[in-house]
Amino acid sequence: MTDRTEIFDSVAAQIAPFNKKGVELSEATTFAGDLEWDSLTVMDFVAAIEDEFDIIITMNMQAEIETIGQLVDAVAKLKAA
Amino acid sequence: MTDAATETRDLFSKFDPLINEREALLATGVRDPYAIVMDQVLSPTRAIIKGKETILLGTYNYMGMTFDPDVVAAGKQALDEFGAGTTGSRVLNGTYQGHKEVEDALKEFYGTSGAMVFSTGYQANLGIISTLAGKGDYVVLDADSHASIYDGCGLGNAEIVRFRHNSVEDLDKRLGRLPAEALKLVVLEGVYSMLGDVAPLPEMVAAIRKHPNCMILCDEAHGMGFFGPNGRGAYEEQGVEGEIDFVVGTFSKSVGTVGGFCVSNHPKFEILRLVCRPYVFTASLPPSVVATAATSIRKLMHAGEKRAHLWKNSQRLHKGLSDLGFKLGSETPQSAIIAVILTDQMQAVAMWQTLLELGLYVNMARPPATPAGTFLLRCSLCADHSDEQVTQIIGMFEAAGKATGAIG
Repeated sequence: MTDRTEIFDSVAAQIAPFNKKGVELSEATTFAGDLEWDSLTVMDFVAAIEDEFDIIITMNMQAEIETIGQLVDAVAKLKAA
Repeated sequence: MTDAATETRDLFSKFDPLINEREALLATGVRDPYAIVMDQVLSPTRAIIKGKETILLGTYNYMGMTFDPDVVAAGKQALDEFGAGTTGSRVLNGTYQGHKEVEDALKEFYGTSGAMVFSTGYQANLGIISTLAGKGDYVVLDADSHASIYDGCGLGNAEIVRFRHNSVEDLDKRLGRLPAEALKLVVLEGVYSMLGDVAPLPEMVAAIRKHPNCMILCDEAHGMGFFGPNGRGAYEEQGVEGEIDFVVGTFSKSVGTVGGFCVSNHPKFEILRLVCRPYVFTASLPPSVVATAATSIRKLMHAGEKRAHLWKNSQRLHKGLSDLGFKLGSETPQSAIIAVILTDQMQAVAMWQTLLELGLYVNMARPPATPAGTFLLRCSLCADHSDEQVTQIIGMFEAAGKATGAIG
């Protein structure tokens, strides 16, 4: 299993409690569009991801992240830093 | 004009959901909570709205200074002697004697070496935050921060990190993950305006001081006048004066007029006057406004009795509303703001309108201004509310709550 797959699986596990509609998750799934998250949900989810990986995703970076794939890339990059 | 059939997409299309929501709400026959006009203002606590004398419980006039005779007289004199406005920037032709006097009053009030007056409190946060934290620096802010703090972050070029509201642990954890060598500005508020809750400043300061290269800004918009032996704010009451690098505040609440400020003991503070765009590129406050502000600030230094009465009002209203069964924003009375939490927009508007018809004005607040998507009726008390008025207010809440089904 590659690092990326591991990160994807961890991210998916963090999404689960917020995935009220049971949307199927892929790299292309969007947070605002597919998951229909509002800003409050996003904030709670980001905090959970930050704690899981012991990283900081600044609001500046959050603004650029729309899909699960983009989040996985960002987490991989932050973990490597 | 466009009708539905020919309507095309334009820059206003993104507001359609809000337009539709408002139209649906107003179609139920309720008054628009965001279109109130005060036809006459009788005192800090009473106004005429649509012909009805109304108790004001939704202003930020905490210390009742708006009609103080000394304050009003100072404004009239400045209007006569210096004219209606400055027509210029603070750094060019817009600094008059009165602007220096109000900055001197602030330095005395706060016991600081520096004071900088902006045209509004919003601009003070916008200017200070965006100017202090530059590219590569970090601003660390509470998730429930006021819009002016978020907008200050948006205007600047720093990296923005937020922590859960009033969570010392979350703040500590996030600071620990930032690069040690990076410069950080941590932005706190003494009193949070939506729920009226107070920050645990000593614990937060202790957590921040574990990490290198942090400066602390504390917004005391809702704390000035009311908290602390000198009325400086929640940070004074909680004994962390020596730890706060910048205090931002406003003249539009306890001071009773309009304007914003930042005070600090930093030796290089004065340079901000030349590099802070929301300070430089706007007209300075009118002479009458700075004169009223200076007089009011000096009177607030000796307002111990008013503070005591305001505190009593807050405790009585909090207990009265709790006893009636309303859900409030804080378990104990913590500030001059008492927020009544309602279940949804319809209930909030129904309560708001019933109160208004009974002769009581409160603020209705809704997302995104409110935390956690709540609908609030926000009551803010004034030191000039009499004991009798507080009794009347509790009675009106009881009647409105029962009429709308908000309480049993």
